Amino acid sequence: MIEERFDAIVVGAGMAGNAAALTMAQRGMKVLQLERGEYSGSKNVQGAILYADMLEKLIPDFREEAPLERHLVEQRFWMLDDKSHVGLHYKSDDFNEEKPNRYTIIRAQFDKWFSSKVKEAGATVLCETTVTELAQDAYGKVIGVKTDRRDGEIHADVVVLAEGVNGLLGTRAGLRERPKPENVALAVKEMHFLPRETIEARFNLKGDEGAVIEAAGTISRGMTGMGFIYSNKECISLGIGCLVSDFQKTGETPYGLLENFKKHPSVAPLIEGSEVKEYSAHLIPEGGYNAIPDLCGDGWVVVGDAAQLNNAIHREGSNLAMTSGRIAAEAIFQVKSRRDPMTKANLALYKKMLEESFVIKDLKKYKDMPALLHNQSQNFFLTYPQLVSKAMQNFVRVDGTPKKEKESSTLRSFVSARSWTGLFGDAFRFARAWR
Amino acid sequence: MSTDVAVRVEDKLFYNRYQVDPGRAHIKVRPHTTPSPQLKALLKACPARCYELNDSGQVEITVDGCIECGTCRVIGEASGDIEWSYPRGGYGVLFKFG
Repeated sequence: MIEERFDAIVVGAGMAGNAAALTMAQRGMKVLQLERGEYSGSKNVQGAILYADMLEKLIPDFREEAPLERHLVEQRFWMLDDKSHVGLHYKSDDFNEEKPNRYTIIRAQFDKWFSSKVKEAGATVLCETTVTELAQDAYGKVIGVKTDRRDGEIHADVVVLAEGVNGLLGTRAGLRERPKPENVALAVKEMHFLPRETIEARFNLKGDEGAVIEAAGTISRGMTGMGFIYSNKECISLGIGCLVSDFQKTGETPYGLLENFKKHPSVAPLIEGSEVKEYSAHLIPEGGYNAIPDLCGDGWVVVGDAAQLNNAIHREGSNLAMTSGRIAAEAIFQVKSRRDPMTKANLALYKKMLEESFVIKDLKKYKDMPALLHNQSQNFFLTYPQLVSKAMQNFVRVDGTPKKEKESSTLRSFVSARSWTGLFGDAFRFARAWR
Repeated sequence: MSTDVAVRVEDKLFYNRYQVDPGRAHIKVRPHTTPSPQLKALLKACPARCYELNDSGQVEITVDGCIECGTCRVIGEASGDIEWSYPRGGYGVLFKFG
C-alpha cells in the first residue's frame, strides 16, 4: 500500500475528472488523479464541441492558450432520406464575438492541455494506471482505490468517480448498475483530414469560423440515432450513433451505418478526397433523468458520463460533465472546510447543488424524451423523414400539377402513413415530452 | 445489410495506434458450445469486429483491435457471456485525436 494519504482521489481524466481535480487543487486540497491512458486524453472520445461558459467558470482566460479548433457560427439540422436532406440552418455573425460561445475541439489535444492546468494547480496526476477496484472498509465506506500498480492501494477521504460512461468501479462495488443497452448509444467516428481552405470553402466559412451539421433520418435505418459532421481547422469529425439495444435488435453494424452515411449524396462532397487518420467508438449516455444513479455515498461521489449526465436532446455532455465535476469538488471542499466526515449525508450537498444547477433541471425537462424516441423510432427516424422529403420535393418541383392537388397529395401521404390519430398522437406525445 | 459485409473494419483499425499487451486479453468469452443471442449480437455490434465465429460455430474474441467502447460489456456481461476489464495502465488503444 502507498502510505501517502490524499484528501481526494479522482478516477479518470476526462472533462468531469479534470474539472473536479482542478477545482479541489485550486482550493488547496491534496488531490491525486489517476488515468489509465498514457496521458490525459488518450482514451477519451467526443465529437467534439466545447461550451465556453462552463470552462470559463474553471479557467476564465482559457481562450488565450487552450487548443481550440473553430468557433461555431452555424448550426445545421438535417432530416435525411436516402437521397435528400431537408435542413434547418442557423448562421449568425453574432457568433463572431469577442468571446465565442461554442468551439469545436479535438479531445486528445484539449484534454492534455486541461490536464496541464490540473497539474499547475497542484494536483498529482498519475497516468498509465488502471484503477481495478474501490477499497472499502468493513462497513462498505469507500476509503480509497486499488490499482494495477505494485502495492497499488491508495487511501483518501473521498473518491470522485469520473470513470466515464463505461465505468467499472461503481458497478463492481455495487454502487450503481451497469448501463442498460436501451440507455446508451454506440457512436463511431472518423477523422477526415483536408486542407484548411478546402474545409472553409465546402462549409462556407472564413477564418476560424466553424459549422456543425447534425443529421437524423433514414441513415439510422429506423433505429434511434443521429449522424454528426463537425468542422475542425484541418479535419472533419464525422460519425453516427444509435442505441445499443437497437443494434442488438436489428443486427445492423456500426461501420455499415458509417459507410452509408459517408456515401449520402449530401455528405459525400463534404469529405471527398480526405485522408482518414483515426477510427474511434464510444458509448453515449442516453437514458436521461430517469437513468441517473445514486450520486453519492459514504466516501464517494460520481460525476459526468459515469453518472449518465448527458442531455441527449441538445447533444450536450461535456458541459454537464465539467459542471458536475466542479460542483462535486465545491461540495467536497465545503464538507472538508467544516471538518465534517465524507459521509453520504454530508456529500448529499453535491446532489442538492447539482439539482439547483442547469444540469439536473435540463435533464428533468426532457425526462420522457428518451422513451418516446426509443418507442417511436420507426416513425421519427424513418417514416417522417421520408414523408417530409417527399412533401418538400412535391412543393418545389414544378410540373404543371395545380398547387391544390399537390397539397392534398402531400396530406394524403401523411395520413396514409400515420393516420390522423397517429399524427395527432405523435404531435401530442412529442409536445408533452418537450415541455 | 449486404453492403455492410464489404466494409473492411481492419482497414479502419489500421489508422489507429495500439499498445498491445500480449497474453493479457482484457475481455474474455465464457466457453460455450452454442453461442447465446447476446454473443451472436456481438458479431455485428462490435465496432472493431473483435468477435468472430470459429469453424465449429463458437464465438471467439481477438482484443488487439479493441477500441474500448464497452458495447460488448453492455450487451454481454450481465448474462455472464463475457468478462470485461480495462487493459492495464498504458496499454490498449492510444487515441491521437479522440
